[in-house]
Amino acid sequence: MKVDLSWIDYLIMMIYFAFVLGIGWFLRKYMKNASAFLEAGRSIPAWVAGLAFISTNLGALEVMGMTGSGLKYGMLTTHFYWIGAIPAMIFLALFMMPFYYGSKARSVPEFLKLRYDEKTRGLNAILFAVMTILASGISMYALAILLEKILGWDFNVSLWISALIVLGYTYLGGLSSAIYNEVLQFFIIVIGLLPLVFLSLQDVGGWAGLKESLAPIAETQGYASDTMLTTWKYTGTATGNPLGVQWYGILFGLGFVLSFGYWCTNFLIVQRAFAAESKIAARRVPLIGAVPKMLIPFLIIVPGVIAIVLLNDPGKNFILPLNEAGAPIYDYTIIMLLKQYLPAGVLGLGITALLASFMSGMAGNVSAFNTVWTYDIYQSYIRGATDDKEADEKHYLKVGRVTTVCGVLLSIAAAYIASKFGNIMDFLQTIFAMINAPLFAVIFLGMFWKRTTGHGAFWGLLMGFVFALLHHGLTSPEGSTTLVKGGWLATVHTYPVEMAQNFWTAIIAFSASTIITVGLTLLTRQKKTNQQLRGLVYSLTPHEVDTDLPWHKRPLTLAIFIIAILVVLSIIFW
Amino acid sequence: MVDIRIPIGLMFSIVGALVTIFGIFTSSDAALYEKSLGINVNLIMGLIMLVFGVVMLFFAFRKVKQKKQ
Repeated sequence: MKVDLSWIDYLIMMIYFAFVLGIGWFLRKYMKNASAFLEAGRSIPAWVAGLAFISTNLGALEVMGMTGSGLKYGMLTTHFYWIGAIPAMIFLALFMMPFYYGSKARSVPEFLKLRYDEKTRGLNAILFAVMTILASGISMYALAILLEKILGWDFNVSLWISALIVLGYTYLGGLSSAIYNEVLQFFIIVIGLLPLVFLSLQDVGGWAGLKESLAPIAETQGYASDTMLTTWKYTGTATGNPLGVQWYGILFGLGFVLSFGYWCTNFLIVQRAFAAESKIAARRVPLIGAVPKMLIPFLIIVPGVIAIVLLNDPGKNFILPLNEAGAPIYDYTIIMLLKQYLPAGVLGLGITALLASFMSGMAGNVSAFNTVWTYDIYQSYIRGATDDKEADEKHYLKVGRVTTVCGVLLSIAAAYIASKFGNIMDFLQTIFAMINAPLFAVIFLGMFWKRTTGHGAFWGLLMGFVFALLHHGLTSPEGSTTLVKGGWLATVHTYPVEMAQNFWTAIIAFSASTIITVGLTLLTRQKKTNQQLRGLVYSLTPHEVDTDLPWHKRPLTLAIFIIAILVVLSIIFW
Repeated sequence: MVDIRIPIGLMFSIVGALVTIFGIFTSSDAALYEKSLGINVNLIMGLIMLVFGVVMLFFAFRKVKQKKQ
């Protein structure tokens, strides 16, 4: 099972480490105040922030998980990259970014404070801080265990080294360093995984060969012969496709609730656009990111689909490691493919790509945690406001640096907890993933309905979360043997697959939050004046005119261009 | 602040050159490339990275030159 690396592979890795740390070292002299460290001085060009926007999302768990999903669900997995991301990114760029960026809020919780009130901000800031640390701990654990199992590296050593490198460059250069490195990491991920796609496709006889080999496999599983290479064709019924969800479930659950919740309100992601050099640049960030986003499936999902053929052909000698229960670990598909096809040299590049994806995800968590902790928790509740702005900037720079160290140490602690109590961590992560859908409802209502009140928002946010919890506690996916997957109160409904349960949890959280926010808003008085809401609410903000820009810089024309690509891709892979 | 194309260009030029040279020296090693279906992927990927790195550097330095003028 183990892969042996040669000197050249280690050398490539070392060069990569030297460059990420070098970028941090080079940027350290620009970190003169808190806003440079925590907001990148709002000076990042749109294309840099756009690639960082995608790179942050492309963490190790994402890459491993999506290749694994390609193996389980075939090309249906691309829904997570196309319908499940692109419309939300376009919406963020066209309709939400003007208010986010224009409000001068330094974080999503701070936007809630400006638009609503202190308690709404506090609730969101605390939930977000906990979620971020958990997420980075879990991905760190996943990476270290993978390196141990496949490369034979010591668990503790790889955990600490990878965490300390991320700490090194984020401590030195703050958010700027995280963003610049994410761009470098983006290119490494693409180039490192590129040979894998070509070699594996070559091995199964190209696209035509893949189609031919997949047909009998799909048929034995009870699907139509071309199911694994289609996206919408067999979503008329839940049983006709391996995802187990109908087209309207995909459209509403994934395409609307889950993706808008994630892409439009997750501070981890939108922070990259907050750092852009101007409002128009900030609006272009998600649109620039959307282009690589649409193409990434060919890099990480297609190899997973090819692995279906490899697994079913004994002659290929391709196997997946098994877990304690004897089930294949789908998340290891990508590394087993790297092992299968890449010789020394490009193998080092492929492993470096995995390390890079881990680091981009973790640095995203660390830098977002930093900003939220420093401004939304420490400044608001611990230190309080002062009059001396200059001394403040110096003070918060120091706090930001200390927070970086603490954030990384807390993530390491979370990784160790995950290694001892994996189930509890999985459970907590599922729970915290539930905060996004209600958050989207609350921010959306806030931006487009000036009447929405702080009380409505706070209770909408909280109760949306509670309803999501209740739904998760009362339902479970079929064949589930653990309470981590749901049903820990009682099982009143069983979903055919876990994916369907996730979709419905999000839909219920979103609906409950919307109903409660609207209901309470009608019962409570708006305390903010129209003057205070200027720049935060659609109807009270003067609309920007961008007709003086060349067409390729206008958000609307870019958006139309992206939608056209999305439509073409959907037709080709119908 | 800093042009990110410079470190990206430098890194890919260095790694590209390294992998290209490794590819040239191992081109007769059939056992090494058995995995990759007999294709010398190191040579191909090395050259791709080298070209990518040099193009990045070219654009970065062109901008520096323009600023000076």
